[in-house]
Amino acid sequence: MAKVEKAKLPKPEEISNIDYHPPATDWMDTPTEFKPGTYCWGAKEKDLLTLGLPNPRQWSPADEDWKLPEGWETTILDGIAERLAKYRSFKIFMDICVRCGACADKCHFYIASGDPKNMPVLRAELIRSVYKKYFTKSGKFLGRLAGARELDEKVLKEWWSYFFQCTECRRCSVFCPYGIDQAEVTIIGRELLNLVGLNIDWIAGPVANCYMKGNHLGIEPHAFKGNIESMCDDIEDMTGIRVNPTFNRKGAEILFVTPSGDYLGEPGIYTCMGYLMLFHELGLDYTWSTYASEGGNFGFFTSNDMAKRLNSKIYAEAKRLGVKWIIGGECGHMWRVMNQYMDTWNGPADFLEVPVSPITGTRFENAKSTKMIHITEFTADLIKHNKIKLDPSRNDHLKVTYHDSCNPSRGMGLLEEPRYVLKAACNNFYEMPENTIREKTFCCGSGSGLNASENMEQRMRGGFPRANAVKYVQEKHGVNMLANICAVDRAAFPALMDYWCPGVGVAGTHELLANALVMKGEIPRVIDLRGEDLPGKGGNE
Amino acid sequence: MDTKLKDLIEEKRSVILERWFDAIVETYPLDTTGFFKKQKDRFANPVGHAIVQGTEGILEVLISGKELNEDLPFLNDFIKVRAVQDFTPAKAMDFIFLLKKVVREVLEKEIRQNQIYDALLSFESKIDDLALFAFDIYVKCREQIYELKTDELKRMTYTLLKKANLMYEIPAEEFEVNDQKCNT
Repeated sequence: MAKVEKAKLPKPEEISNIDYHPPATDWMDTPTEFKPGTYCWGAKEKDLLTLGLPNPRQWSPADEDWKLPEGWETTILDGIAERLAKYRSFKIFMDICVRCGACADKCHFYIASGDPKNMPVLRAELIRSVYKKYFTKSGKFLGRLAGARELDEKVLKEWWSYFFQCTECRRCSVFCPYGIDQAEVTIIGRELLNLVGLNIDWIAGPVANCYMKGNHLGIEPHAFKGNIESMCDDIEDMTGIRVNPTFNRKGAEILFVTPSGDYLGEPGIYTCMGYLMLFHELGLDYTWSTYASEGGNFGFFTSNDMAKRLNSKIYAEAKRLGVKWIIGGECGHMWRVMNQYMDTWNGPADFLEVPVSPITGTRFENAKSTKMIHITEFTADLIKHNKIKLDPSRNDHLKVTYHDSCNPSRGMGLLEEPRYVLKAACNNFYEMPENTIREKTFCCGSGSGLNASENMEQRMRGGFPRANAVKYVQEKHGVNMLANICAVDRAAFPALMDYWCPGVGVAGTHELLANALVMKGEIPRVIDLRGEDLPGKGGNE
Repeated sequence: MDTKLKDLIEEKRSVILERWFDAIVETYPLDTTGFFKKQKDRFANPVGHAIVQGTEGILEVLISGKELNEDLPFLNDFIKVRAVQDFTPAKAMDFIFLLKKVVREVLEKEIRQNQIYDALLSFESKIDDLALFAFDIYVKCREQIYELKTDELKRMTYTLLKKANLMYEIPAEEFEVNDQKCNT
């Protein structure tokens, strides 16, 4: 028999010790708080109406009453049952986690906040506990002992808070011995929330725009064309060369699709100017589309069906225009969608041909099925075959490092091509530490639709591990430019850099390439794509 | 700074730093894995790294008698982190005052034996001074977060405003011409 320990009387000095800390509660008993700066606005009524999504109404996450539809519990539980039957992966992810903790300290939100609910294992547990209660025998009979809990409004609010604190970057899944993909758990979690009208404005707004106007920013065809043409004016000022892109041109060989961030905001537009200059220099037979005017897909952060719906226009437009194949611009999540989902959603694109570079003759077997290649694959191949002339000294004032965007690196293994392009275009290139790049890259903290402005505090927190590595190379090598291949990075990083590593700029890979690109018949370059003087090149400096 | 107290702190520097570190970690949500403390890689655990750098740097400045100011990089770096974590302003700044508590606890016996309460008081006053600088840094960080929001909005709408002729940048040459006119 075990020895029973005598209860000890506390000594007077122990009693007088004041505990400075609030009592620690079990995670199930710790309520979710909605503090301004740490959450995104709720989805607007008009956008849900546009998209035909359930429960359109005006609401705010800060309100006590979220105006949930009657019988919402049944909707969610039926939604879980439907997805367990439909997705074998979801069922496996719910059942096989052994709580080994390998994922726990790999999430940028956990690393930066210390909030246990940001550990991927616990984030999954938020759903798993409900799954156990309603779908497993142990949970039904043993309840909390088996880690099960009832679904109530508090649980739903907790889901909303934490599934919109996960950027679906999949860093944790790299370390999971079972390969549990937390991004998919978050994706399902967000799908379930959408069944009762709980999206965020920064996702639902762009999705509605994209559905009605072809792109997230809601730019209409004339504005799209106008924006590109004003970039052509800037290119002419800089190079003396008039670039004349075509729009919706039937019979072009290639359709080019890029995220809308590339043709509106800074510094995305400079990357877009880079595409325009490169394609002109090559004399590429390509066209832009004002219909398929969005490479990104915020539907992917809403539901599988919504992502499929928004994605369908790309093949539809390729078919309508009669192109042979497609090039896609620099984007992050766009490439997880193109590489892993598009083919089964809206393929097979048997009316298209396997991409063959008209310049080098390279056949892109990797895109045999999707018929769509990433622009850095295309450009790296050009450089490899010496088909473009580069003067990297034009980037000599820059010390460049490269951020692997989560989806292209972990979602499609695009690791070497962007580096190859950057090293050809820039003489000063420095890698960040090994455990922060390539497959282990740290997220920008703003992915998967979380790059709104109202959650700036949360974004600065989530992006801290990435910025911390940038700061290291800034201090060690004097790095002053963070290159990337993602439109969300280009939109979100300037703020992150301003906060954590002031003095580091943000550029797309093709902006730096176009700075170095020597074009036939160009005037001597004295300014860069941003209109700033090129040091040492005779500008005003 | 009083040499006796300085020697005592130097002697127990590692204990003080460790306890201070632990006290700061306890301001975060309960974490049974001890991640902030255990993970030593500065890239895998940037918060832990910032705490170590911050605490070591602050203690060094306090005992070395160097002049305090806002340009202490380790103080800046650590407060930047605290300013975007889930703390009220008071909680975010709490970490500086925890040092008083730690020093009193660790050196309680020695201070009593040596009767150097005056030195302790002046040391604690220096901590208070540092706290005032820290507060300035904290407020700057929070103000910057709001500036970042407006800057981001400007970047997003720049092209549209320019196209709609709602924004016009005066070329640098015109500034120069005007300057010359003013000078003549």
